[in-house]
Amino acid sequence: MSDERTLDLLEAKIEELKQLNVMDGIDLSSEIAKLEKKLVELRRELYANLSDWERVKIARNPKRPYALDYIQTIFTGFYELHGDRMIGDDRALLTGLAQLNGQTVVIVAQQKGRSTEENKERFFGMARPQGYRKGVRAMKLAERFGFPVITFIDTPGAYPGVESEEANIGGAIAESLLTMSQLRTPILSVVIGEGGSGGALAIGVADRVLMLENAVYSVITPEGAAAILWKEKDKTKEAAAALNLTAEHLSELGLIDTVIPEPLGGAHKDFDQTVEALKASLVGFLNELRKIKLDKLLDARFKRYRSIGSYRELGVSEQEAYSEETAPSGDAPVEEAPDE
Amino acid sequence: MSIFKDKQYLRVNVDKVPDESLWMKCKACGELIFKRRVRENNNICPNCGEYFFLTVEERIEMLVDEDNFDNISKSIEADDPLEFVDRKSYQERVEQAQGVTGLPDAIVVGRTKINEVAVILGVMDFRFIGGSMGSVMGEQICHGMETAIADKCPFILVSSSGGARLQEGLFSLLQMAKTTAVRAKLADVGLPFISIMTYPTSGGVQASIASLGDIIIAERGAMIGFAGRRVIQHTIAQELPSNYQTDTFAFEHGAIDRVVKRDHMREELSTLLSFFAEVA
Repeated sequence: MSDERTLDLLEAKIEELKQLNVMDGIDLSSEIAKLEKKLVELRRELYANLSDWERVKIARNPKRPYALDYIQTIFTGFYELHGDRMIGDDRALLTGLAQLNGQTVVIVAQQKGRSTEENKERFFGMARPQGYRKGVRAMKLAERFGFPVITFIDTPGAYPGVESEEANIGGAIAESLLTMSQLRTPILSVVIGEGGSGGALAIGVADRVLMLENAVYSVITPEGAAAILWKEKDKTKEAAAALNLTAEHLSELGLIDTVIPEPLGGAHKDFDQTVEALKASLVGFLNELRKIKLDKLLDARFKRYRSIGSYRELGVSEQEAYSEETAPSGDAPVEEAPDE
Repeated sequence: MSIFKDKQYLRVNVDKVPDESLWMKCKACGELIFKRRVRENNNICPNCGEYFFLTVEERIEMLVDEDNFDNISKSIEADDPLEFVDRKSYQERVEQAQGVTGLPDAIVVGRTKINEVAVILGVMDFRFIGGSMGSVMGEQICHGMETAIADKCPFILVSSSGGARLQEGLFSLLQMAKTTAVRAKLADVGLPFISIMTYPTSGGVQASIASLGDIIIAERGAMIGFAGRRVIQHTIAQELPSNYQTDTFAFEHGAIDRVVKRDHMREELSTLLSFFAEVA
């Protein structure tokens, strides 16, 4: 089976032929048409059989549109708001006001960088406590004025460095979760690329959760799961499959509301088409949420999260066994703790 | 000292514990210690003061009034929504942990009294797959808080967890949001939530319910933090300070209210609860 790189080469060749066609006046159009048809077929075949690990690679592809690309095309007049009023301004997590179809919304978005320089500023999209605290500030502002909140999730995870821990990153994430679960205004979240663990969920508690087709959302990266559970670095492919992290799997499991289709080859192959699909979905959900009374909306949000979980009843004999005090004490072997 | 010359001494091999059912070796000071004395000392080394793990039963016994614990945990156990298999199947891991701990999952919640004050208490057991929070733990914590609301009494949670239960994928991650949503209800009705962080309180548990206590107390020797050392070194290869993510680190940076010795914890809770006597 062909991979994305071969297809990109073929695409480049077709472009070359088109140039020749124009320059030399030789008619290659039937050849070009044939090749283009072949390219579409190959790409369709490739994407129909994409492994979950390959999906992760698409989600992380630096050519993929980032939050600001969507913000600048879907909304008008994005007006960025800076700073958490305590430590500083985190550039990995953006907040601001904007308009969607003439109505004001508050945007909270994780932003990756493309160049080394940009990534130095954006911390590869990994927000620090001041980022999440800025997000909370923006969400409370939205609540005060009745603006809906739209969040864009695209992060490998919260920034795991010393300065993050010093400023209590865990507490900042928890505070953001709490704020969102109580926020008296509609919230939409869309995973546009990588939904990396607690750092992603921190801005992902919402009335509707959307995912782009090639986005992923997971409790841990496949690399992390391979290292911790398989204890082998090269098991990332297996880990990616086991984690059920694709939009399709998560939709089947009922953990997200909708999957927004992407053009063949990923969002970057036809940005306009992706924007159109995402915008239509956001507008549709927003209109739906606006019609719901706030008390009902909050009630439904609570029920949504209260009911998440997968467990089963204990059998009668097991219940009896556990009601007796049978636990051995002290020095039993301890399983290694997961890191996330 | 010539009198010691050529004298034959009896050699004792301290690397070998003579009778493992009676004796243990302290992992910190290396001293051979009598297990019963360790147990009587709340699993603290009588020689050097090192803390050993407490089982759920031991922790409960240490904190609550004598013979006063009604296990109200829902009778549920882990399902396997993703049919997860790594080197072992998730089912196998759960069964093994159940065998070791005698518990259905990594937490027990109960209705109890601390110095005559009625509370709902949740206690995690680290031996159960690293005390990780999956769907069962999320549900039990919510059930505990909801019972506290029904009983109009405080909720106390003793955390000992590496974070989210990886084998349940996004179901586990979302338990952070679930427990947080119910925690908000507890605040709505004005009931106190005391969070006790023990060794270790990290990952998804630290970044959700454990950090949302009205009061947060760390047990001495606790490890508190979001991203584990391995994650940090793997991601950004940063040098870490020696007290990194310890109880003192969390305390010095203002993440917690107090650090309390294990053997003072019951007294501490009793004092703390007395301030809330009028509200709960």
